[in-house]
Amino acid sequence: MTSIAKPPVKHPSSRTNALGLTLRDYEGAMSTLCAGCGHDSVTAALVQAAWELALEPHRAAKMSGIGCSSKTTAYFMKQSHGFNSVHGRMPSVTSGAAAANRGLTYIGISGDGDSLSIGLGQLSHAIRRNVNMLYVLENNGVYGLTKGQFSASADIGSTSKKGEANEQAPIDPVLLALTLGATFVARSFSGDKRQLVPILKAGIAHRGFALVDVISPCVSFNDHEGSTKSYAYTREHEVEAVHADFVPLQREITVPATDEVLRVVELHDGAQVRLRATAKDYDPTDRESAYAHVRACQSRHEIATGLLFVDEDGKDMHDHLRTVPTPLVDLPYEQLCPGKAAMEKLMERYR
Amino acid sequence: MPIPPEGGHAMASTDVSDPRYYHKVVDCQWACPAHTNVPGYLRLIALGRYDDSYLLNRESNVFPGILGRTCDRPCEPACRRGRVDEKPVAICRLKRVAADQRGDITDRLPKAPAVKNGKRVALVGAGPSSLTVANDLLPLGYDVTIFERNARPGGLMRINIPAFRLPAQVLDEECGYIIDMGAHMRYGTPVESLKALLADGYDAVYVGSGAPKGKELDLPGRWDAPAQVHIGIEWLANVHFGHVERIAPRVLIIGVGNTAMDCCRTAKRVGATDVKVIARRGRKHFKASPWELEDAEEEQVEIVENHAPKRFIVENGTLVGMEFERLEWSEGAGGRQTSTVLGTTVIPCDAVILAIGQDNAFPWIERDIGITFDAKWDMPIVDKVTHQSTRAGVFFGGDAAWGPENIIWAVAHGHAAAISIHQHCQGLPVDERPPVGMTLTSAKMGMHAWAYDNDYDTAGRAKMQHAELAARFAHVGVEVELGFTAEQTATEVQRCLNCDIQTHFTAPLCIECDACVDVCPTNCLTITTNSTPLDELRTRLSAPALNHAQDLYVSDALPQTRRIMVKDEDVCLHCGLCAERCPTAAWDMRVFDLKQPYAGTALAGALG
Repeated sequence: MTSIAKPPVKHPSSRTNALGLTLRDYEGAMSTLCAGCGHDSVTAALVQAAWELALEPHRAAKMSGIGCSSKTTAYFMKQSHGFNSVHGRMPSVTSGAAAANRGLTYIGISGDGDSLSIGLGQLSHAIRRNVNMLYVLENNGVYGLTKGQFSASADIGSTSKKGEANEQAPIDPVLLALTLGATFVARSFSGDKRQLVPILKAGIAHRGFALVDVISPCVSFNDHEGSTKSYAYTREHEVEAVHADFVPLQREITVPATDEVLRVVELHDGAQVRLRATAKDYDPTDRESAYAHVRACQSRHEIATGLLFVDEDGKDMHDHLRTVPTPLVDLPYEQLCPGKAAMEKLMERYR
Repeated sequence: MPIPPEGGHAMASTDVSDPRYYHKVVDCQWACPAHTNVPGYLRLIALGRYDDSYLLNRESNVFPGILGRTCDRPCEPACRRGRVDEKPVAICRLKRVAADQRGDITDRLPKAPAVKNGKRVALVGAGPSSLTVANDLLPLGYDVTIFERNARPGGLMRINIPAFRLPAQVLDEECGYIIDMGAHMRYGTPVESLKALLADGYDAVYVGSGAPKGKELDLPGRWDAPAQVHIGIEWLANVHFGHVERIAPRVLIIGVGNTAMDCCRTAKRVGATDVKVIARRGRKHFKASPWELEDAEEEQVEIVENHAPKRFIVENGTLVGMEFERLEWSEGAGGRQTSTVLGTTVIPCDAVILAIGQDNAFPWIERDIGITFDAKWDMPIVDKVTHQSTRAGVFFGGDAAWGPENIIWAVAHGHAAAISIHQHCQGLPVDERPPVGMTLTSAKMGMHAWAYDNDYDTAGRAKMQHAELAARFAHVGVEVELGFTAEQTATEVQRCLNCDIQTHFTAPLCIECDACVDVCPTNCLTITTNSTPLDELRTRLSAPALNHAQDLYVSDALPQTRRIMVKDEDVCLHCGLCAERCPTAAWDMRVFDLKQPYAGTALAGALG
């Protein structure tokens, strides 16, 4: 929350992207979240990622549900489409929108409450369908809007602001996504944009469902000693498995010579994600070892971050449904709704 | 205490307890020779507190009404607004608003004590620098005598600045504030011998006699029609005194400084119809302030560039024109400008005014009284800080010290010299200076309430209203600039970015949430490793500055990661969003108030 809007003044050296837009052009309304909220940093990372990708604002749709996290969509890309859905129902609304118009870029923003409690079923099925979207889960382990009750992602032993420890086992969205067959699974931290921005860019470019679980501390109700989702705890326990560098198709690839082993994953549009394993022998294309790594980190009270798993060969929702390449919204009416005769002919096949 | 850097290349943290650090952030105040608290007085104008604004101004620059019309405004090119918006804040014009709108402030002016301190000081000349010395010394109980060759005070402010720019009443009032404290005025008394003056037993003598000699242009024909060729500052003085009431229709002004601007515009008011200002070089090298050039051109004065005077053309004892060489300039090696002569041109005229600079003249200072003169320029050797000459107790300031400068410099000299005179008269070393101090107080008034208006106003710079062209030439005394309207004033003060409300950082409180970095509209903040020297650090910032004149603030190591918070001061808008978004109040907005020392300010050790 701030008392004034951000002054409309640009830095004298501010640059423009391929569309001629500056970073400031990707901003949205002023945030009314608490000062220091991790979600505002995620917003800044999204602004940065969208600007760097030269995403056309009018060709993007920002989708959200309910909660502090779901306010995020108001704070970036003010010229884009948006849908603020019922609590936990963002995945199905996005599935519908993506079915109707496959031409847009879908950016879904949710939180641990919206995704792992009321919306867990919705999330699971969006992963199964492999809806082509970026799904950012701003994860702070508490219900901030209702003053800090434990959420479904709170770790065992993590304490509330009043000192009470959580005793129920957490749902880890990363493990959930790996189990359900997600084709892009990453975890990052709102306080580490160097890691987060390339992951968001890769997630947007990925064809299929890209889950990015972002530890995004709640400064008001979960940033105390004893919390396992505070700024300090996350910094101390974060272990980056794989660092991703996003290389768009258009740009000449100039990477400084290095002894490190780089694994290059080509994305659907020809862009590349260059993965640099920082944990020994880590293979980000092997679902089993990704799962094992996250579990092992968990048992050591470490937080596995980075682009943990990516599979660019998976089929997305449109592949499964064998829909036409043209977005349904662009199909001529006669084709979309071919009339009674065509309907009867179809029905005949089921008699 | 700054934490020493960790690696060999790392940078030490910034010491903000040194008043110079935050002072430099306030571009206008840093650029002003008298270090006037500009944002402070603009906020007082915004509140309608004109008296307070005037008095805050007066503390440092002594002549707000005069300077609000005539200052060379070193503050405005420095103004940060000019780096983030098209034009700087109209600081000078707002100063005039405070002066014009003030009520009777005489009971709030400094006063001389009834009991004097027994020390006698003589000031030579009643111009801005001497009057400043008097202003600072009279309240301390000094017996001050001012020797002035003319019948009224003000020096060049009165006789060289035309009344259409500075009305006599404004000048009289502000000189009066000082003189009425009890200075002994010896009008009509030029000092003809410093030796004799010193023999009168003054405890200190201050020479503030200006640079009263206009430069000569000794070209062929100069002395063939002397009645038609004038020296700029002498001619302006003659117009002022009424000795000159008319000039012939066609006038050439040689030189393109501010004196040339005053000459050409005055000529238009005493009968000239065709006035040309002749410049040796191109427009970007002109010495005149851009706004004075603009005003002259508005009055249909023609500016002729790249013409070098060659000779005066006199026929039958009458000046009929001047011959010039037309020049073309090119930049040679090392940026040196060289000229090529393209040909010659004759410009017909009836009179020529020479405005090519001023010299000092000290025929009245004997060379055997311990005051050493520089062999090359024949100027007294004067200490840059103390203003003392090689003879203890004799001080120089204003244009008399190092040649022509602007009024605001003369004021700054007067303040510095007054400190020296006070030291000297107490028997203390003159190079022992009272310290520059500061106060820093939080501007936080509530959750999201600050002691200043932190919102950014997008308004463009207000345009000064001028008297109608036709009305201007009725009389030399018709003031051209009408001052800002109430509406213009209200908008213009809001353009100030309040650079004196500092972003103050407390590293141990920072949790590195990035909120400040994310919200800063001009990307001033970066959290990064402390591993490289300044030049490389600059390249790693969120938005590397184009202007390196402003410094980088470097914090102590941050608690969680040992990284550092770096703030580039260059284009900070002082909007306070970093502090509003900071969950731990590691960032705070603090009002910086520079405590500039004056004569009578305690020395560093004096308070124990």
